[in-house]
Amino acid sequence: MFNLIPLLIIFPLIGLVINLFWGKQFGEKGVGAIASGAAGLSFVIAVLQLVGLINNSFESVTVPLADWIVIDKLNIPWAFQIDTLSVTMMLVVTGVGTLIHIYAIGYMHGDVRHNGDPARFPRFFVYLNLFLAAMLILVTGNNYLMMFVGWEGVGLCSYLLIGFWFEKGENNVGNARAGRKAFVVNRIGDWAMLLAMFLIFVTFGSLTFNEVFHQAEEMSALNSPVIVAITLLLLVGAAGKSAQVPLYVWLPDAMAGPTPVSALIHAATMVTAGIYMITRSHVLFFHAPISQNAVALVGAITALFAATIAVGQFDIKKVLAYSTISQLGFMVAAIGMGAYVAGMFHLITHAFFKALLFLSAGSVIHAMEHGEHARHEPAEAHGHSAHNQPSAISNQQSSDPQDMRNMGGLWTKLPITKWVYLIGALALAGIFPFAGFWSKDEILLDASKHNPLIYLLLTIAAFFTAFYMGRQILMIFFGQPRTEAAKHAAESPRVMTYPLIALAVLSVLGGALNLPTIFGMHLPGGHALTEWLGHTLGEVEAGELDLIVAGISTVLALGALALSYAIYRNKPATAEERDPLQALGPLFIALNRKWWVDEFYDFILLRPYNWLAQFTANVIDWRFWHDWFHDQVIGGLFNIFARGLAQGVDLGGVDLIISGLPAAISRGIASSFRRLQTGYVRNYALGVFVGVVGVLGYFLLTGLR
Amino acid sequence: MVPTSYYIILSAILFTLGVAGVLIRRNAIIIFMSVELMLNSANLVFVAFARQFENLSGQVFVFFVMTVAAAEVAVGLALIVTIFRTKKSINVDEVNQLKG
Repeated sequence: MFNLIPLLIIFPLIGLVINLFWGKQFGEKGVGAIASGAAGLSFVIAVLQLVGLINNSFESVTVPLADWIVIDKLNIPWAFQIDTLSVTMMLVVTGVGTLIHIYAIGYMHGDVRHNGDPARFPRFFVYLNLFLAAMLILVTGNNYLMMFVGWEGVGLCSYLLIGFWFEKGENNVGNARAGRKAFVVNRIGDWAMLLAMFLIFVTFGSLTFNEVFHQAEEMSALNSPVIVAITLLLLVGAAGKSAQVPLYVWLPDAMAGPTPVSALIHAATMVTAGIYMITRSHVLFFHAPISQNAVALVGAITALFAATIAVGQFDIKKVLAYSTISQLGFMVAAIGMGAYVAGMFHLITHAFFKALLFLSAGSVIHAMEHGEHARHEPAEAHGHSAHNQPSAISNQQSSDPQDMRNMGGLWTKLPITKWVYLIGALALAGIFPFAGFWSKDEILLDASKHNPLIYLLLTIAAFFTAFYMGRQILMIFFGQPRTEAAKHAAESPRVMTYPLIALAVLSVLGGALNLPTIFGMHLPGGHALTEWLGHTLGEVEAGELDLIVAGISTVLALGALALSYAIYRNKPATAEERDPLQALGPLFIALNRKWWVDEFYDFILLRPYNWLAQFTANVIDWRFWHDWFHDQVIGGLFNIFARGLAQGVDLGGVDLIISGLPAAISRGIASSFRRLQTGYVRNYALGVFVGVVGVLGYFLLTGLR
Repeated sequence: MVPTSYYIILSAILFTLGVAGVLIRRNAIIIFMSVELMLNSANLVFVAFARQFENLSGQVFVFFVMTVAAAEVAVGLALIVTIFRTKKSINVDEVNQLKG
């Protein structure tokens, strides 16, 4: 059963190859079916691994496939690590991934037409399958290098998919710029990952998880500098991939990608790679409490910081993007406190409800785009009616389908989307009994026990979380439709809504994965995830429902929802009206401008960097190296040298001896012989005569012998 | 009987006259006649030796030479006529286009 593990990665690769070469012939349904089928088969394999582990009494298994790099001491196999942690990730990645693949069939059908290039449909699924393969390499590898291969692979796919409509966006390069930003910011994290891997190899002489952790446990010295360095570098790597402060800035821009990408890569799976990586390295972090504190602090600050920014956003996906950063902060904070199970639990539930939210947002956007088209079609049908009311059409020609100010009143238009969106929002806000409540509560519980500061930060972040979700729900679904597009919005097709319903069910029931002990009562199936992951992560304390912690967070969440209701009930009434929170003045502007972090980075990093690049290019490279050194010094010296060679040696020496001298000789000979050829036959005849006389005379004088 | 050496001396005189004519004269026809003179001086030697050695081969050769000379005269006169037509002259010094 474990021998099937390579198929986990091979299935998406097969799907990729088929769609890459023959995708155009299959049509959209065929392409979608192949890609989703590949993802679904991978999910089946992942489930088989789960069954295998249960039969193997949860013992971890390593399945070697091939030697990869064998150089002296460095021995890196291509091997799969199957334990409860990696299987958890496999199930999340393939399960949520499959649902998103199915959803994308419907979403991309509309999206490629909205963006005017239906031929690009198969490419999207090629990228999605490639991403799935890379992500599965990341979570199944049994060494850091294999993980890094997947790590870079998902980064590449993220880049490709953010820039899927690379010719669109601001100034026609906005999306391409967003992709580049994500790639470059991730590069900082990857740089740290590489340094950490080098340090690990230098210190432990291996990159295989088991060997590294085994040796780290034997060192058993707390806070040894090298382990602190390794773990801090790993933290930077995780901060890049999982969008933590200060490297989170790429994730909001990454929303330029199509919505299924935002759901799959930038909410459910890829961005959790950092969480997985730190959890996987928990042995190293255990020996470096300093780094652990740093991890927890980074997570908590990110959670709060991003949650505040989410309050001030108008783009439906930007809100969810900052929400994702904030929730990732929760997870990072949890694993920083050693609550790995709580972090992983939140990772799983978050994958459910955030994928749900993104896909529902995609459904809303889809509906808005549909409304936009539906509004234009009648106008085109009755050609002249457009002439009668030109102002009405040109007025709202370019209403942004992602701007929440353009929505409103969609409650009656989207019968399925509204419910799943509400479920996702309540799960994210942490309302009992949805999945988010249980996982977030477990994190808060751990924080309340271990670190009051973290607890405080996370609790405030949770309050903001509920508030901005309430704000979003109210702005999208309630009040009056604020644009024509919102008035004409229509529900998405079933291929989109069914995955939404599946994810909604998971978002409702996901908490059952790891129910805490309630009132000292051990529920059936309680602590399932704790025990399950305990086989890999060692003994982890089982959570107990703390009424105070749970009560505070629930009251805060409900309070935040109520507050948002009070503020945003029937507001804003029109698309042009100010957001009620704009009464806060500069504070709201700060939130809306994302605390000017992008501008700050622009000021301290990009401008100096660009200036330095300009300087080195124009002054150092061009003026110094090119104009002065190359042209003047090298070129001048070369010219002098060449002139000496040409005139002195070549013309004066070589030419004189090789061509001048023989030429002069032959010219001399020729000029004397030339006189012989007079053209007079008599002269020639005389020559012949003299010759004959000479020969005969010779014979006569010497005798005819 | 006239000794053979007389014929040979006469032949040498004729041949020398022919050579001198070819080398000195400029009129193409005169040159031509000089060439004929040289040929006939050779014929004379052939005949003289044929008589001395009582061998007919020499006589036969004379006929060959005469026929070849007749043919040569035909070709040569045709050439001279053509040259005269183009140059309006048969002065061989004016026929020197082959000079490099």
